Amino acid sequence: MTGIVPAPIASLPWRVIFILMALVGFGATVLYSAAGGHLEPWAGKHVARFLVLLAMAIVMSRLKMEFWKSITFPLYLILLILLVVVELMGFVGGGSQRWINLGIITLQPSELMKPVMVLAAAWFFDRLPPNRINGIDAIWPIIALLVLPSALVVIQPDFDAAIAYAFGLGVVAFLAGLPLIYFISAGGALAVIAPLIYFFGMKPYQQDRVLIFLNPENDPLGAGYHITQSKIAIGSGGIFGKGFGNGTQSHLDYLPEGHTDFVFATMAEEWGIVGGFFILGLYVLLMRWGLRVAMQSKTRYGQLVAAGLTCTIFFYIMINLLMVVGLAPVAGIPLPFVSHGGSSMLTMMICVGIIMSIERHPGAKRGQFT
Amino acid sequence: MKIEKQVTSGQLDFTFSRRAIFVGGVQAAIGATVAARMSYIAVADNEKYKLLAESNRVNLTIIPPRRGWFIDRNGKPIATNRADFRVDIIPDRLVRKDETIATLANLLALSSDDVDRIHRELQLAQGFQPVQVADGLDYERFAAVSVRLPDLPGVSPRQGYSRFYPSGAAVGHLVGYVGTVSAEEYQKNKNPLLITPGFKVGKDGLEKTLEAKLQGEPGAKRSEVTARGKIIRELTTRPDTPGKSVQLTIDIDLHNFAARRLGLESGSVVVFDCLTGDILTMASMPCYDPNSFSDGIGRIEWKMLNSDDHIPMLNKALQGLYPPGSTLKPMAALALLKNGVDPDETVFCAGGYRLGNRVFKCLGRHGTMNMTSAIMKSCNTYFYSMGRRIGYDKIAPIARELGLGQEFPLPFPSQRYGTVPDSEWKQRKLGQAWTESDTLNAVIGQGYIIASPFQLGLMAARIASGLNIHPQILKSNRAAPSLLSFPTEHLDIVRNGMNLVVNGAGTAVRSRLPLENIMMAGKTGTAQVRRIAGAQRGQSGAWKYRDHGLFICFAPVDNPRYGAAVVIEHGMGGARAAAPIAKDVLTFIYDRELAMKSLEALEAGWGGNIEQRLAAKYAAFQGQPAEPPPLDPTA
Repeated sequence: MTGIVPAPIASLPWRVIFILMALVGFGATVLYSAAGGHLEPWAGKHVARFLVLLAMAIVMSRLKMEFWKSITFPLYLILLILLVVVELMGFVGGGSQRWINLGIITLQPSELMKPVMVLAAAWFFDRLPPNRINGIDAIWPIIALLVLPSALVVIQPDFDAAIAYAFGLGVVAFLAGLPLIYFISAGGALAVIAPLIYFFGMKPYQQDRVLIFLNPENDPLGAGYHITQSKIAIGSGGIFGKGFGNGTQSHLDYLPEGHTDFVFATMAEEWGIVGGFFILGLYVLLMRWGLRVAMQSKTRYGQLVAAGLTCTIFFYIMINLLMVVGLAPVAGIPLPFVSHGGSSMLTMMICVGIIMSIERHPGAKRGQFT
Repeated sequence: MKIEKQVTSGQLDFTFSRRAIFVGGVQAAIGATVAARMSYIAVADNEKYKLLAESNRVNLTIIPPRRGWFIDRNGKPIATNRADFRVDIIPDRLVRKDETIATLANLLALSSDDVDRIHRELQLAQGFQPVQVADGLDYERFAAVSVRLPDLPGVSPRQGYSRFYPSGAAVGHLVGYVGTVSAEEYQKNKNPLLITPGFKVGKDGLEKTLEAKLQGEPGAKRSEVTARGKIIRELTTRPDTPGKSVQLTIDIDLHNFAARRLGLESGSVVVFDCLTGDILTMASMPCYDPNSFSDGIGRIEWKMLNSDDHIPMLNKALQGLYPPGSTLKPMAALALLKNGVDPDETVFCAGGYRLGNRVFKCLGRHGTMNMTSAIMKSCNTYFYSMGRRIGYDKIAPIARELGLGQEFPLPFPSQRYGTVPDSEWKQRKLGQAWTESDTLNAVIGQGYIIASPFQLGLMAARIASGLNIHPQILKSNRAAPSLLSFPTEHLDIVRNGMNLVVNGAGTAVRSRLPLENIMMAGKTGTAQVRRIAGAQRGQSGAWKYRDHGLFICFAPVDNPRYGAAVVIEHGMGGARAAAPIAKDVLTFIYDRELAMKSLEALEAGWGGNIEQRLAAKYAAFQGQPAEPPPLDPTA
């Protein structure tokens, strides 16, 4: 390819970069308004963080898929150890702690485990001989992969992370061709176990979250406040919104977490459903890109990783949006690329970077020679 | 042996593609769900949520309406609103807490009790909910805080209104007082105005019965606030609509004078305009100070009121009932004339009247008495004799025509109407036949008959003018009253008798008006509180067993304009206790300076005017242990 654009730049995956820039740019606009028309404290940092992480993702895209495959299991083990370390630190420090402070950056192993769980599952199914997919050999290793880190995060307690692991691993297992009967019976079992978890496994504040999700008006000033105020922000925005900088719910602090978990409500108040559809459209493009990369990958590992990571991003989007419009309980999950927040942006960009690497190195079919 | 189904990587590839498309479909479905839900909230429910966002954003502060004034017949204020200065602390803006409170305590002369309360309330208060430092401040103290505001962040001086009764205790029973709404009242009507700080409703008297007219419409201040209550900016302010003023028929100067003139006594003065029925004065003393009641009743004040045997909580003019005694004799004389008794016919008084084997006593040996001299001398014998002749069933209708035992549609929360007995009444109430001795008792105003000072004053006014006047307290123009059923000759005979009581050789000659051209006519009355054996006759002994002193009167004699009644509880006699007060009150109408001079001399002996005496009494009660007052003391 020749032209006025130098080859290294022209070879960048511009399609996804444009999608992300649009999301981050719009997110920064919303954060700029939420800060009362200032770059500080959110919008500027948001863009800067994205640019740094985009550079990181581009570097990651240059690494070959075989590299990812080779470090998958070691990464998984390291994170498992770090989870134990965090747990011990919390035990010694006398309180729940989720991160390790390394001086320059804070490392949150439970967050990093989300993409690594997908890599590990893909790595396992790649190694599994195809004719063993219906046997018991396909089951117990992935259960072990899931249960160890899940148990460690649940005692933190961080149910949201455990659910995210199960989701990522489940999607990979589903795509890898595990018999459908497993998923159907798992769904049935969940319907039975969920009430048991609610009554015996949850702490009172978690039970409250579920109850209030079912009927937010019961507690309009307590924990239901978030959902109620979020619906007010979206509902009062109407079709075209109140206009840039005119959102009262966010500016007068009625909407809690208006720059992080509820940034979508902050946006919808000022931009209306037009803005909402814009963001949804960008996410559709992003998902389509991710799944297309998966379909076009020639290797099983590449297929499963690309699709699994796409679904990890999707998991964030889904939980956040369903929560913000009042269809899911309040969970501390931010909206990818729009919400202000470093650790989730890091996870998202790791996912994007690996998918970009798979796009760049689709590999060769087994048995084919290039 | 079961044959394992062989799976190839090609099959898995195919499965992957199918399932990946399925996953994409699920994602699209969830995206569509979010889009649909969002559209529903933002389009279908848009109005609802817009309203909710607006009610979040806008904080409506109610401005309590200023209460309508009470003014007297000449437009002088009876109840007004005083600009009230208050100082609050907004906890969130407070920077140096202890320093600020110390400065305020110094500037506003706060007691250690107040400082303690402020500290306590500041600990409990949150955010922008104000904590009261002091209210009812005078302008100097308020200004002293206001000028230091730059050094006192978090302190908020504000202006409001509070009820003010310039006459103090003198008008307590007349207009009542105001207070904060009770919990029950708020339960009945959950109007947010009722619990707005500074809003008060009428609790007694005219303040209570005319509430609807006096209340007015609240104003509102709209301001944009944050979730924490911080005010960003003021939006619009709708001013309050003050309540309507109410003009009373009262002459407040005369009323105040009468209340002061009652002095240390427990009693009441009622003065009517006998041509129109306007109530010019309705004083009842002692009384609570409605100003301090409206600020909330303190423990000491409540104990002081409750321990007083003169019952300051009772409006004696309307709710006190007394045997009218000899003040009923002019009325009885009218009844005699109407029933054909010749006014020149005489009765010989030898000091009593024998009925069967019982002698009904007269106060003296009056000798030969005709109707006029019998009124002048208050001769019981004459009225025993004549009353027995016509019977009390002939007298009772006249008593009613003159207003005794009658109800009047006046806007007071409670009046008592008394009793005018007759044979039908006794049969109904007691199941007994009327006896002649009942007639003898009733005709001199003892026995079953009881009346309020208000009714006695009305009776005097009706006799004075011969007009069927109806009492009114709210000033308005009404049709001229009709005549009563008495011929002028009859009224003249009775009025002449009453004239002689004061200006002839009667029982109240010492209470002649100290004026050149104006003369007062009257009738004394002395009512027994209980039957007392021997010669003591309730003239000494414990206060509460002494006779009541009553006096009815009108003036001027030749062209009556004012009718009045004075009742002094346990005053030991109408001539002694009641008539001198009536004299001074009527003098005040014609010569204020003269009346004030005599009042000031009296007050010097009583230990000051009403306000000064109340203050001294309050000081004497200080430091004694006291129970807190009930929520609604007049209920």
